[in-house]
Amino acid sequence: MKYADYYAALGVERGASADEIKKAYRRLAQKYHPDVSKEPGAEARFKEVAEAYQTLKDAGKRAAYDALGSRPPGEEFRPPPDWARQHGGAGSDHFSFEDVDFSDLFSSFGGARGAGRGGPLPGQDFEVPVELSLEDAFRGTTLSLSLSMPEYDASGQLRRTPHTVKARIAPGAVDGQRLRLPGKGGKGFRGGRDGDLYLDIALKSHRLYRSTGHDLFLDLPLAPWEAALGAVVEIPTLSGPVSLRVPAGTAAARKLRLGGRGLPKPGGGAGDLIAVAQIVVPAQIGDRERGLYQELAEASGFDPRRHFAAEGA
Amino acid sequence: MNIETEVLWLDEHRVVSLRELIELSGLHETELLELVHSGAIPASGSPGAGYSFSARVITVARTACRLRDDFELDTRGLSVALRLLERVRGLEEEIARLRAELPR
Repeated sequence: MKYADYYAALGVERGASADEIKKAYRRLAQKYHPDVSKEPGAEARFKEVAEAYQTLKDAGKRAAYDALGSRPPGEEFRPPPDWARQHGGAGSDHFSFEDVDFSDLFSSFGGARGAGRGGPLPGQDFEVPVELSLEDAFRGTTLSLSLSMPEYDASGQLRRTPHTVKARIAPGAVDGQRLRLPGKGGKGFRGGRDGDLYLDIALKSHRLYRSTGHDLFLDLPLAPWEAALGAVVEIPTLSGPVSLRVPAGTAAARKLRLGGRGLPKPGGGAGDLIAVAQIVVPAQIGDRERGLYQELAEASGFDPRRHFAAEGA
Repeated sequence: MNIETEVLWLDEHRVVSLRELIELSGLHETELLELVHSGAIPASGSPGAGYSFSARVITVARTACRLRDDFELDTRGLSVALRLLERVRGLEEEIARLRAELPR
């Protein structure tokens, strides 16, 4: 297994007092806790900090950790043969550290093999972020998740166990949707219930649409004459193209709503697709177009900035 | 092993009981009731008839349990933290909606 330096994770000396360790943990938890921090990498950093604190705050676990000696972080090593027995870890002299993750080594102390000896222990719950494309959220999809979960073995030591979970996601997931897969977390020990798996859905950004809840926004570029005269244009939707009538005199930023063309709602119905008008002009125009624009400019009495003068005068 | 599994949506279409919420969140009954009474965890029903909760609340209650364990907060601290997190969530949703409305 790979060694982790718990003192370095908390930024304290090896001889730090229990109070210093607690203060260091509190300071780092406030900075990196995933429920309150938006810093990139906060969740991974908090895991390190919490793992270190869980071990170092407990005098027995800290003594067991210290007995492993000081090594460079990440160094492959194996605890001494009698280490587990001396520190109340393993239930058997033949205990093997094969496939044991360092982060799970101390979690078992005082759990399956310690204070909870004999009683049932529930499996752990897990939360997993999942990214879905807008198309998959619209149509529904089947996810196949490969996960590695710590589970108690027969001797009560936690070991990483690979799992594949297949889950059918019905149409209509939105950004931030949470799903619960009962019993698909870590296995319970000695009759404890199995943990749950929670999926935290995020929708990937899309080339055309921006989603908010079940509604979708789409930029609708219009030529000046389409906006002025009105037009029937073809709009792409997630269920295929539809025709949209753009009213004459459509200004930029006007929202044209296509009811029920957004993401389906689990309780029935669907959100809307909202096309936001944009007036666009070609970067280069030919002589004939230039002439027509000039003719229009001379013929029109339209002043789009009349309100400037009214306020500024 | 590949077994297709039950998927429960944690949204307003699904309702959970007080008992289920205690089991799923890891909070104690007294803590959960204090958070309900303080308004930090929304519930339907009354103390006499019993409470029920939108499944959406499971996420809030699990967050409360994590904050309790990781920051050693009591229910008054949890109540303040949950209200502020809910306000942040509401504001983030509003920003996301306004951004979605803006042309690219």
